[in-house]
Amino acid sequence: MEFINIIILALIVNNVVLAQFLGICPFLGVSNKVGTSIGMGAAVIFVMALANFVTYFINFYILVPLHIEFMVTICFIFIIAFLVQVVEIILKKATPSLYQALGIYLPLITTNCAVLGIAILAIQKNYNLVQSVVYASATAVGFTLAMILMAGIREQMELTGVPKGMKGFPISLITAGLLSLAFMGFSGLVK
Amino acid sequence: MSSLKYFTNGLLKENPTFVLVLGTCPTLAVTTAAFNGIGMGAATTFVLVFSNMFIAMLKSYIPDKVRIAAFIVVIATFVTIVDLVMKAFVPDIYKTLGIFIPLIVVNCIILGRAEAFAQKNEVKASILDGLGMGLGFTLAITVMGSIREVLGNGSIFNIPLVAENAKTMLLFILPPGAFITYGYLIAIFNRVKAKYNV
Repeated sequence: MEFINIIILALIVNNVVLAQFLGICPFLGVSNKVGTSIGMGAAVIFVMALANFVTYFINFYILVPLHIEFMVTICFIFIIAFLVQVVEIILKKATPSLYQALGIYLPLITTNCAVLGIAILAIQKNYNLVQSVVYASATAVGFTLAMILMAGIREQMELTGVPKGMKGFPISLITAGLLSLAFMGFSGLVK
Repeated sequence: MSSLKYFTNGLLKENPTFVLVLGTCPTLAVTTAAFNGIGMGAATTFVLVFSNMFIAMLKSYIPDKVRIAAFIVVIATFVTIVDLVMKAFVPDIYKTLGIFIPLIVVNCIILGRAEAFAQKNEVKASILDGLGMGLGFTLAITVMGSIREVLGNGSIFNIPLVAENAKTMLLFILPPGAFITYGYLIAIFNRVKAKYNV
């Protein structure tokens, strides 16, 4: 029950993009096509779960015993940048086809603030290892969900006559606003 | 280019929020009130000015291959300083801004300016560029915070503008309002820029 709560909260009620405003840059930048959104989403799910898994150990076995919790930002951003590099190298060797599909999105993830944000939030919420990884995975799936929904709408929108001044970012942001409004309907679903 | 131009570039012509559309996460998240905009803007400006300054000073010592990692260390150091200072001296604002203070480290404005400007220019120009970009960002999110606060809460800088029980458009304080306000502001900014050709 506890895990179901975490999953529903992270996935739809507090959707990472539409309610918590993390990872807006890739959300607006890459959500042109449904296909690329799925690729980006898959890369994010993978890195986010891994990042939370690793940062949990870093926090409780290095930072806390040494009383240097204030180093959390510096440490975590390094871990994430490092992980992204490692994942990239492994994928390149092990599964070239997957690397081809995800390749261009992987480096972008380092600056995806959702990854760092969720790692820090999981520490602040005092989650244990399993909770932390479940939380990260559900959040990343929520991110993918929002991206795919947005990409679907944007593909349709290319066929409609958007006023000249609203083309590009303005209409995307207003669409995101309406999506966010729809997601607000889920609030109160779980406590 | 005169040194003043480095400064004004970030304010209007290449405004990070409305023209470059960088640093969107804090722009949307913290602008529920005008004061938050100033707090977030000040923190970001501090980091931007100092990281630009140090990167410009260190640019000849940083090997090209690891420059991004080196930039991130410099930026993360100043973010940690801001984090500790704000926690100690302005705990209220620190609490409201929450997770978005440590997240200044992944704010694309800062890494973007380090990469695009500070590593190619001298110290003085980099400081001015950081200051201009920082103030441009502060100005933009304060304007956005004011609009959302007036519409959603009926007040500006915590000064009430409407009667106590009057109905306000709560939507603008909530997440959807952030997206919609930002969208319309970019559209208006583009229109004005095109019309007056700045």
